[in-house]
Amino acid sequence: MADPMKIRATLKGDVADVRVLMGHPMETGQRKDSAGKVIPIHFIQEVIVKLNGKTVIEGQISQAISRNPVFSFRVKGAKTGDKVEISWLDNKGDKNQTETAIA
Amino acid sequence: MIENRRKILKRAGATGTLAMAFAAGLLRPEQLFAAGWNKDAFGSKSAQDALKSLGAASIADSKDIVIEAPQIAENGAVVPIEISSNLPNTKSIAVLIEKNPFPLAARFEFQEGAVPFVKVNVKMGESSNVRVLAEAGGKYFTAVKEVKVTIGGCGG
Repeated sequence: MADPMKIRATLKGDVADVRVLMGHPMETGQRKDSAGKVIPIHFIQEVIVKLNGKTVIEGQISQAISRNPVFSFRVKGAKTGDKVEISWLDNKGDKNQTETAIA
Repeated sequence: MIENRRKILKRAGATGTLAMAFAAGLLRPEQLFAAGWNKDAFGSKSAQDALKSLGAASIADSKDIVIEAPQIAENGAVVPIEISSNLPNTKSIAVLIEKNPFPLAARFEFQEGAVPFVKVNVKMGESSNVRVLAEAGGKYFTAVKEVKVTIGGCGG
């Protein structure tokens, strides 16, 4: 089960600032545990941002993104109450999504 | 993805080389996931190769790409980087950390309705140039910012 996500979208003029936090270890595959064994690579690969059901941003990311990734995105032409939805998919096929109304 | 996977399976097929590849760690099962993920570009070990895999042949320097990052990052595990493009019709933005083991860190595609802007925290193994590649109107543009790292964020 994936860790919970946090999302916040606030409107400034007609641009909405969307901030999202994803709970994820983002293992690089280069770290070793205390026994000297390599910790397997495990990271988010895809991030999708939707505004009112329509995809506006598609991101591909690597293991170089920090643990528990935080992103800020901006969407324009948005209104208060519009729905912003963000989802991710990792290299093990695990996924999660969250949504909020623009405040 | 499924097609790709079939091809690999077919190729490996009867000979059982796939099992051997798994055993040898050459082919990790997790690499078969996520359809749109550009394996070639993300797997490139130099920034140049990664740019090539992204399809950027001729690249022009641009002052319309704004990179905000700390000059000195104390902790390489969390380096905040903010990018925005003032180029008209910016379609995508890619972030490359030139001295990381795999330089390409992220690539974002912007559709109608999105502002070509992103803020994200990245890991940096050592002091390096952070290069941003933006695609606008079918052309490629780039800008660079150097970030010095006191403690690396990639190893153990």
